[in-house]
Amino acid sequence: MAALGAVRSSGRAARRLVCIQRVRSCSSVRFIKSKYVCVFDKSALKFSHQQRLFRTSAVSRGQIVQFKLSDIGEGITEVTVKEWYIKEGDSVSQFDSICEVQSDKASVTITSRYDGIIRKLHYSLDEIAYVGKPLVDIEIDASKGVAPAEDVVEAPPMSHEEHTHQEIKGHKTLATPAVRRLAMENNIKLSEIVGTGKDNRILKEDILNYLAKQTGAILPPSPKAEIIPPFPKSETVPAPPKDKAHKIPVPVSRPIVFSGKDKTEPITGFHKAMVKTMSAALKIPHFGYCDEIDLTELVQLREELKPLAQIRGVKLSFMPFFIKAASLGLLQYPILNASLDENCQNVTYKASHNIGVAMDTEQGLIVPNVKNVQVCSVFEIASELNRLQSLGSAGQLGTTELTGGTFTLSNIGTIGGTYTKPVILPPEVAIGALGKIQVLPRFNGKGEVFKARIMNVSWSADHRVIDGATLARFSNLWKSYLENPASMLLDLK
Amino acid sequence: MVLQSSLKNCFQLSCILQVPKAGFRSTASGGLIIQSTSNDVYQNLAVEDWIHDHMNLEKRQVLFLWRNSPAVVIGRHQNPWQECNLRLLRQKNIKLARRRSGGGTVYHDLGNINLTFFTTRKKHERMENLKLVVKALKALRPQLDVHVTDRYDILLDRQYKISGTAAKLGRTAAYHHCTLLCSTDKFVLSSVLKSPYKGLKSNATPSVPASVKNLFEEDPSLTCEVLLDAIAEEYATQHQIDHHINLINPADETVLPGINNKAKELQTWEWVYGKTPKFNVSTHFNIAYKDSVLDVKVDMDVKHGRIEVCNIDLPQQWLPPALCSELVKSLTGNKFCPNETTVLVTTLLRTCPQDGDLQSRWNLLCENMKMLM
Repeated sequence: MAALGAVRSSGRAARRLVCIQRVRSCSSVRFIKSKYVCVFDKSALKFSHQQRLFRTSAVSRGQIVQFKLSDIGEGITEVTVKEWYIKEGDSVSQFDSICEVQSDKASVTITSRYDGIIRKLHYSLDEIAYVGKPLVDIEIDASKGVAPAEDVVEAPPMSHEEHTHQEIKGHKTLATPAVRRLAMENNIKLSEIVGTGKDNRILKEDILNYLAKQTGAILPPSPKAEIIPPFPKSETVPAPPKDKAHKIPVPVSRPIVFSGKDKTEPITGFHKAMVKTMSAALKIPHFGYCDEIDLTELVQLREELKPLAQIRGVKLSFMPFFIKAASLGLLQYPILNASLDENCQNVTYKASHNIGVAMDTEQGLIVPNVKNVQVCSVFEIASELNRLQSLGSAGQLGTTELTGGTFTLSNIGTIGGTYTKPVILPPEVAIGALGKIQVLPRFNGKGEVFKARIMNVSWSADHRVIDGATLARFSNLWKSYLENPASMLLDLK
Repeated sequence: MVLQSSLKNCFQLSCILQVPKAGFRSTASGGLIIQSTSNDVYQNLAVEDWIHDHMNLEKRQVLFLWRNSPAVVIGRHQNPWQECNLRLLRQKNIKLARRRSGGGTVYHDLGNINLTFFTTRKKHERMENLKLVVKALKALRPQLDVHVTDRYDILLDRQYKISGTAAKLGRTAAYHHCTLLCSTDKFVLSSVLKSPYKGLKSNATPSVPASVKNLFEEDPSLTCEVLLDAIAEEYATQHQIDHHINLINPADETVLPGINNKAKELQTWEWVYGKTPKFNVSTHFNIAYKDSVLDVKVDMDVKHGRIEVCNIDLPQQWLPPALCSELVKSLTGNKFCPNETTVLVTTLLRTCPQDGDLQSRWNLLCENMKMLM
């Protein structure tokens, strides 16, 4: 008897119950099978029937609806499930994509008909699904009573046209009924809001952001319009009073609601390799040396040479000059183009000047090098740089380009900055970072102030094998070549 | 050009693409023929997405005509490593795109015509569309032996495939697109669609290879323009509209708001490669070094285009085990891509002992690993 009582009360609570034959399995309730009809998901059968009914009546639980795979057309009866966009426990809104199925060259996106929580996926990936059979089970808010049919629209008190389907250049405004109600209560036209959801759907966040922009404050949703995802507002809540809809609250004293979450990602691939490289670099005792270079003459020289290079199909920047000058300097101070072995037993003086140029690409910090600068002309260096730059931006640099470097220059000045503290890239022993070129007032030989083009350089070197004096002299030599480009002609090989 | 004779007009399409108003003389059946001015495969696929998402097809169906510069287009759930020769694609600068419809892999170039039939989901009928194409071809050259198979292919002379089909069904809209081989480079087609990668195991949709032939070979007067015109004519007749091809620029945001974002999305690595269903690579290769040849076994699981699990079986002590495990650890989580791997291994090389012999072996191993990608 108790069981029957429980069924009756749950029957009232859930409005509509549809019974299944399996009720037969519980002997105590055999007598009710003919009268009442209930919908249960398979997990419920694990518990006794009585217990399930008792729970249903005591707690307002959602109604589980089996969303069946609808007709695909063209006489198709079975499809393969290729991708799930949701998993069990996810909340979905009406029109959200649920999965992608494929049948004989046709790919079909199945969208949800209901708002609710996914409780069960009936198929796994690559399984065959049948038209007309259940695809997923969705739990819908019980207080809503009837499972909504397609395109449910709560009749708003305002004009129908403004808040339901709106066409912007032929584009229907998608928004769930709950979002539409929020817009309506705040007197917002859906056409004025840019949707950030899938298919440009307007989400609750979009309305809140729009309101925040209007009032200039971060606005928590007014209690009346509070939407608890995924259950849509119950119909029994009274319609909001008219004055509420016209008043825009400015809750300066209310706490600011920030729903951002920390995001943790594993470090993989290239970044992991960088961690290793930089950790190794840390073991090198760095020392720095900085200076400022007057590039006034070089700027002029480049202006003259740029069109000549252009004719030959090469873009001439300042880097080829910096690189060639560095190579000339390395000829005098070869220790800067060396490598120290692991045990710090031997120093290897590298014969080739393979000067690396740091590049900032999508993949990260990549350092391709120009080979054998000691035998290249400025033009050849420029041409090779062009090639490396285009490969770098396409993400297609090869092993040869990326290995074998002996010395590195980083032109961080193209992004900005003056002095910096560059980190040596093992197995090298020195690195130079170039700041931006600024126009600054300086005194010339006659004591007059003139407009100088000044660039800062910051060197770092391995103090185990390089001493300050060596680096300073190298820097001075490099500087003299660049401040007086004609002097490079004397030493060019 | 034959198309000059039809009323080609590149005017403001924003009114055309909205609910039909005065200015466009359509009748009850309602239809619209548009042709892309771009040969960029990503832009053209983006137009398909845009029409599918934004146009109201109740009153009016749409026929979209487009051609692409050399590109390989794989189906939604396919595996590019299984379907084509990615090395060759990179070498020849042929683009790789993944479309949103199902089906198999095709090679596009300017000698191939693409037709997309947009309808509401209820009115989606692939057979009818293909019969329309066949009717247009026969109207042009009655002696052409073309017919539609039940696999939705169009065959020439009962044996050569000249058209393949794929479809996408959404909530309210659907489209069916097909190719038509007019004067495609068959040599590139066959070399590009042959995968050199061995040992791949996957549940991705496989392509069914077929012998192909160009309509141009059958009748040299059948150029792309002639064919496009004939099909547009037939469509116009069947939909009772003017034979009027509207040109559409897929980069124009005013006509197609949001289109550039769609085109960008189609070019992301995450879409083109990342959407590959999970697969496994189990293979081996030989490395010839100094006087010996060694056999290296590799086993990798690739999910979302990234290496999830990696196992490299090297003969004892050919490389220090620490180095080998460093390589395996770094590859895990990395994209299954030779360029990414290059950047990764060259960076790792910096922290390797500066031993010439060791570095040569490392490079050899890495080069071979990249060949698998």
